[in-house]
Amino acid sequence: MHPILKLVAQRLALSILLLLAASVLIFVGTTILPGDVAQSILGQAATPESLANLRKELGMDQPATTRYFNWLFGALQGDLGTALTNGRDIVESLGGRLKNTLFLAFWAAVVAVPLAIFLGLLAVRYRERWPDKLISAVTLASISIPEFLIGYLLMYFVGVKLGWAPTVSTIYDSMSLGEKLSAIALPVTVLTMVVLAHMMRMTRAAILNVMQSAYIETAELKGLTSFQVIARHAFPNAIAPVVNVVMLNLAYLVVGVVVVEVVFVYPGMGQYLVDHVAKRDVPVVQACGLIFAAVYIGLNMVADIVSILANPRLRHPK
Amino acid sequence: MSEKFLKVEDLKIGARIYPPGEKPRNIDIVHGVSFELEKGKVLGLIGESGAGKSTIGLASMAYGRGGVEITGGKVWVNGREILGTNLKDLRKLRGTEVTYVSQSAAASFNPAKKILEQVIEASLHQGKFSKKEAEARAVELFTKLGLPDPENIGDRYPHQVSGGQLQRCMTALALCPEPDLVVFDEPTTALDVTTQIDVLMAIKEAIRDTGVAALYITHDLAVVAQVSDEIMVLRMGDMVEHGTTDQIINHPVEEYTRDLVSVRSTQHDGKPPTDNPVLTVENVTARYKGTNFDVLHNVTMELHPGQTLAVVGESGSGKSTTARVITGLLPPREGKIHFDGRDLSSDLEGRSREDLRELQMIYQMADVAMNPRQTVGTIIGRPLEFYFGMRGAEKKKRILELLEEIEMGPEFMDRYPAELSGGQKQRVCIARALAAKPKVIICDEVTSALDPLVADGILKLLENLQKIENVAYLFITHDLATVKAIADSIAVMYQGRVVRYGPKADVLAPPFDDYTDLLLSSVPEMRLGWLEEVVQNRKMESAGN
Repeated sequence: MHPILKLVAQRLALSILLLLAASVLIFVGTTILPGDVAQSILGQAATPESLANLRKELGMDQPATTRYFNWLFGALQGDLGTALTNGRDIVESLGGRLKNTLFLAFWAAVVAVPLAIFLGLLAVRYRERWPDKLISAVTLASISIPEFLIGYLLMYFVGVKLGWAPTVSTIYDSMSLGEKLSAIALPVTVLTMVVLAHMMRMTRAAILNVMQSAYIETAELKGLTSFQVIARHAFPNAIAPVVNVVMLNLAYLVVGVVVVEVVFVYPGMGQYLVDHVAKRDVPVVQACGLIFAAVYIGLNMVADIVSILANPRLRHPK
Repeated sequence: MSEKFLKVEDLKIGARIYPPGEKPRNIDIVHGVSFELEKGKVLGLIGESGAGKSTIGLASMAYGRGGVEITGGKVWVNGREILGTNLKDLRKLRGTEVTYVSQSAAASFNPAKKILEQVIEASLHQGKFSKKEAEARAVELFTKLGLPDPENIGDRYPHQVSGGQLQRCMTALALCPEPDLVVFDEPTTALDVTTQIDVLMAIKEAIRDTGVAALYITHDLAVVAQVSDEIMVLRMGDMVEHGTTDQIINHPVEEYTRDLVSVRSTQHDGKPPTDNPVLTVENVTARYKGTNFDVLHNVTMELHPGQTLAVVGESGSGKSTTARVITGLLPPREGKIHFDGRDLSSDLEGRSREDLRELQMIYQMADVAMNPRQTVGTIIGRPLEFYFGMRGAEKKKRILELLEEIEMGPEFMDRYPAELSGGQKQRVCIARALAAKPKVIICDEVTSALDPLVADGILKLLENLQKIENVAYLFITHDLATVKAIADSIAVMYQGRVVRYGPKADVLAPPFDDYTDLLLSSVPEMRLGWLEEVVQNRKMESAGN
């Protein structure tokens, strides 16, 4: 078998194993949480009999392993159960939310990733000179300010004072793409500012590392311009570390947007999760956890595979 | 100016250095060097490291490596003064009129791009050829340089061809844009001797056929004698002597040049083997973990007390692997290691502290074999503490003794490795090995990274120490001149096997087996016309077979 296929297969198998392990952790974690779902649903009206009945109805009287495997096989078949609080199918209500979160993350990534890499290249080109220092200062400053503060600042100045973008980012299916994009302009800006520094710094560091190589000198002695040397000869050899940090940030864009969604009243997964954690709706929390874990593991797997593919020694064995 | 294609006048080069704990300061690397070069001629620049050879070579492209800066003088290429021109015009010159072949093609090719793409890049970038023309020219050069499958070799990635092939690809890269001058910077130094011959011949023919001028930089006088018309000897940034190749090799005027020419004259008469070898490697077969092929096959050799066994061979022949087996880093699949009358455990865990003490190692790269944050005293003192429990004044006294043995003064005790020269670093490594009072020291290419004169000093030191301490050396090297200078017996290794083994006089006397013959005849000799002679002989032999 081609060594690449073997490595990729290994990564896939590892990721699946990791996801299973994550599912166990999520299940155990939510099961040992203090508080009783039945108690919180019935509230003041709870009597010992009604509690026992409800527990039986919810399947809580069965052993934890049985409940875990029921839940896992359900999830594998696309059934994440029903929300305890409103009795609605989780997959159905989560689907729309997930789509919205991915929509936001996608547009943030479209802006942030190329911008970060370009700024990284630019920083290398003018290293230790003012453009490099300016880029570093601005990106580091923006990552250092809490995202909710950036969110509110943008809302106040750009949204309210200048009136350039809506301050509430709620989107509906009936909106056109243009209307949606206009609605999410501010949260996309916030997310971009939050992830930019990390990716930019890594691109800069990875390329600077490669710039020490002898083949960079060869390229310079061919009479190429500085930017050609960086983009054509240095960047292709810096892909692996850059992809890794890009994927970590993409995962953050999906998993870590809770605060931004709440600030901008954006109907995504984060808000949905926060709502249901407050209500102790365990099946919803489990479902969200599982999806977040899958996204995280999946993106990191992609990073691993891209790193493998970026290595010419593995791609073209002797 | 038509025939004087390259003219260098009073070239001065400096650099800004940042010594630890001191203020940055400027130093001079080259102090006013002048020379001229005609079209189609080859000038050899020779000297030890730090002589400024590469720096001068790169200055002909107005390029300074790292913090190096050209501080004075003038350089004319094709009648144009280039040091005063701006970067934009320089870029037009680099890669078309003047090109560069570096020492390590493996490092100088971008690993992520195909060979052909890199070979033709400069021609395309400078608009010298169309893509089609450049590709055709590249294939033509691949053929001329004797590369296998010239039509398709360019589609491979650098790691997919051998070191010798890649070095020839680098030459093709330099010749592709039809330059007027090529700077060859130690192009064969990293190659095995048997490969070196082919690459040297390929370079020589390519220079002759294309009529380019060339600067050929090397520290190996025997090599430069084969390819140059003229030789310039440099030392610490000054020109020592400049003349025709014949004059420099056969009638050197300056003393330094005479030292360089005679450096390989160290003599050593082999001692006869004794009855009780101190180290015996018996039928060792070994493979690396996770692989399914043996890298050593039935390797057997003996090392006698107070003697030197040279293990010689090309890269990949299994020399260093043999050392790994002896030290216990790689347990063999079959075979045994006897040491001073006892069996050594095959793996490191099973060895006693005495076993470890009596078998020490010295490495090729002295830099990386020492902790840069420890002083020389700490480095040498460590084995004294570890093996003998020495402390305080007793330890200090012994450290000073050892420093004296390696011919370094007591003031070195508080220095850090970064403050030492390459030869001094290797001496400290020798002292560290001696501190353990070993019976055997494995020397793995200990002189390969050093300049000839410095290496000569190290070899002499090792020989003296052997007489005083009666220590045996297992001396791993690819350099046959070193072998002749130091060995009592020799094991020639090839593809994981010992192909020839015995006392030095027997191994180096005919009749030879094919491989030893090839190896011995490949060592450059310091006389004109040697290269042609060898190549001619080989052609006749292969025609005869």
